[in-house]
Amino acid sequence: MIYFDNSATTKPYPEVIESFAKVAGEYFGNPSSLHGLGASAERLLQKARKQIADLLHTTPSEIVFTSGGTEGNNLAIKGAVHAAAKNGNHIITTEMEHASVLETCRSLEQEGFEVTYLPVTKDGSIVLSDLIHAIREDTILVSIMHVNNEIGSIQPIEEIGRYLADFPKIMFHVDHVQGIGKVPLDFNKCHIDLCTMSGHKFHGLKGTGILYVRSHVKLSPLFTGGNQESKFRSGTENVAGIVAMAKALRMTLNKQNQASDVAEIRDYLMSELKKIEGVKINSPESGAPHIVNFSIPGIKSEVFIHALEESGIFASTTSACSSKNKAISETVLAMFHDLSRAESVIRISTSYENNLEEAKAVIQAVIEKMAKLQKVMR
Amino acid sequence: MEFDHIIIRYGELSTKKRNRKSFVDKMKSHIRWAIKDLKHAKVTSSRDRMYVLLNGEDHLEVIQRIKGVYGIQSLSPALKIGRDIEEVKTAALYYFEQLSKRPETFKITTRRSDKDYPYDTNEMNHLIGGHLLINNDGHLKVDVKNPDFNLRIEIRREAVYLTGEIIEGAGGLPFGSSGKAMLMLSGGIDSPVAGFLSMKRGLEVECIHFYSPPFTSERSKQKVIDLAHKLAEVNGTIKLHIVPFTDIQVLIQKQIPENYTMTSTRRLMLRIADAIREKNEGMAIITGESLGQVASQTLESMFAINEVTNTPILRPLITVDKTEIIAMAREMETLEISNQPFEDCCTVFTPASPKTKPRREKVNYYEGFVDFEPMIEKAVQDTETLRISGEKQDNVDETIEDLF
Repeated sequence: MIYFDNSATTKPYPEVIESFAKVAGEYFGNPSSLHGLGASAERLLQKARKQIADLLHTTPSEIVFTSGGTEGNNLAIKGAVHAAAKNGNHIITTEMEHASVLETCRSLEQEGFEVTYLPVTKDGSIVLSDLIHAIREDTILVSIMHVNNEIGSIQPIEEIGRYLADFPKIMFHVDHVQGIGKVPLDFNKCHIDLCTMSGHKFHGLKGTGILYVRSHVKLSPLFTGGNQESKFRSGTENVAGIVAMAKALRMTLNKQNQASDVAEIRDYLMSELKKIEGVKINSPESGAPHIVNFSIPGIKSEVFIHALEESGIFASTTSACSSKNKAISETVLAMFHDLSRAESVIRISTSYENNLEEAKAVIQAVIEKMAKLQKVMR
Repeated sequence: MEFDHIIIRYGELSTKKRNRKSFVDKMKSHIRWAIKDLKHAKVTSSRDRMYVLLNGEDHLEVIQRIKGVYGIQSLSPALKIGRDIEEVKTAALYYFEQLSKRPETFKITTRRSDKDYPYDTNEMNHLIGGHLLINNDGHLKVDVKNPDFNLRIEIRREAVYLTGEIIEGAGGLPFGSSGKAMLMLSGGIDSPVAGFLSMKRGLEVECIHFYSPPFTSERSKQKVIDLAHKLAEVNGTIKLHIVPFTDIQVLIQKQIPENYTMTSTRRLMLRIADAIREKNEGMAIITGESLGQVASQTLESMFAINEVTNTPILRPLITVDKTEIIAMAREMETLEISNQPFEDCCTVFTPASPKTKPRREKVNYYEGFVDFEPMIEKAVQDTETLRISGEKQDNVDETIEDLF
């Protein structure tokens, strides 16, 4: 099996599953319980929070545990605008966000908020001057993803953050779900107020996530109840998942020194794919080191994915979250305005677990399957 | 190009005469502790300065570590370069660019101990000043009277040194230079702050905590250990005396009328703290009290409580507002620990309406029916003393270590 769908989810490290099993079995106490079992679970929770804060160069009180990327983005966006509604009514995001940002913004439009969706260039990034023009008196939130989940383009977060630093009323949220562990991001230097991360994208388990909330940032919670997570997120903490996530983050960040290996795989894939006639590369040259997105106009994404699967290769069409209900990639459409390109998108996403041999096998398979399918489709 | 050393100025220490050497030695060992894992850095001192010779260690890291060492007034990183004028120019620009804050005005001060150097001080000031101006077109002005930044160039036979950025230190006196005192550490927000302020004035601090299981939990004790751990980061280690207080507290509840229990509790805590102080040769007791903050901290309460000892009681926060204390606790990174909501010895038996104006004669009368002395002796005897390390790594038990 060649698993090249790491942007959809990653395979948990065995050590991470071990931690999960041990904590779930032995430290099952509710961290809010007063007795010793509760205290030891709480101790684990604190230690996980401290470790994650240290790894991200923040303080423990700025770490809020969530159930993952979707919840993180919902809590950050809805929470921030509801808490700041008296300051204004306007949100800025981009055309090219994850569904959990776009759909959240759309639902806020129903509530009466106004949203500006910034366009993206052919490189898949926004232009700072567009953002500057979009800012209004009543802008309260800017939400921009760091690394795009479909094509791997990297937004100029630092530039944006530095510009926004002069607007104290505007909260700056970054969806860092695809970037964490792959493309470094300095929260302080980038003046980020809110930052979403998800455990299962860095070899942790599903149902775990982190929302960074800079101190003094106000959020109105999505869930009310027992006031866990500094009142931002009620609900009994998923201690085992959180401990496992702390370990996964440590292990992943330790591997960041292998970033050049991942980049090498990507460079190889990009240059080989370019040579194949009929393949159009959608990922920008300067993109993230783990995502290669390309189109084979004429062959529908879904068909090609299944063809690759026959050879034991697992890739994906667009973002996994959108691929079930929509056939086309909105991101690629927004970038190139080309329908045949947008409906034939293939995404290969790697992790530190992949190697060059696998990449070679994939290129081989792409060439073979294309030849076979093009005969049938024409 | 690399930074060669960091200049450390003492501030208030310079005014101390006889004890000077011991002060300087204490500070030196303290600085060594702060940078002990940076193997190449060396600490040396002259009469009124101390130097950290970097020998290749990152100067920013070193500054970050020693900035908080008590007794340091200010720090300046210094570059060491060759005598070639072009090299000096490049270095001046480099120094300028690494400043944490961009100055608007500057001046250059050159000192030449090597009079054979081809340029004299005026020429140097012009040459280097001109170079900085050219490379910062329009954004920089010379101001010789009151510059934001004064770049100092020192020309010696062996090398040229550049310095000038002044980074503020923590101030205060070196840890331990003022003697030893006992800190009553409850687990609340105030007492750790009082501890830090005392250490800043050179006190060596030992902590005392009153533990009343099952009325207070294991967690509240752990919280105090965590706080002590934070305090220990100042100089590497701290003692924490944990006093078993349950029996006395139960007896107070039985014997003393409800609205006087708080006053009596404080009096007994103070008596025990004083006995522990005597045993450990301290000379004062430190509390986190702030005037009027709660019932036990009114002037009348202090008057009634303080009666039991004539040992100096230091109250560094006595005139500080709660909001300011919270800000200090946040800065010292103890707020988060203190804010965990566990019952502690001060809260669990708080009566509904404690006396805010207790009277000495009344509390003496109520306490007169019991002999607390043997119980105090027993509490002191059974006190458990922990030595808490200030090492950065958590001292949690190892069984959970591999979960992370």
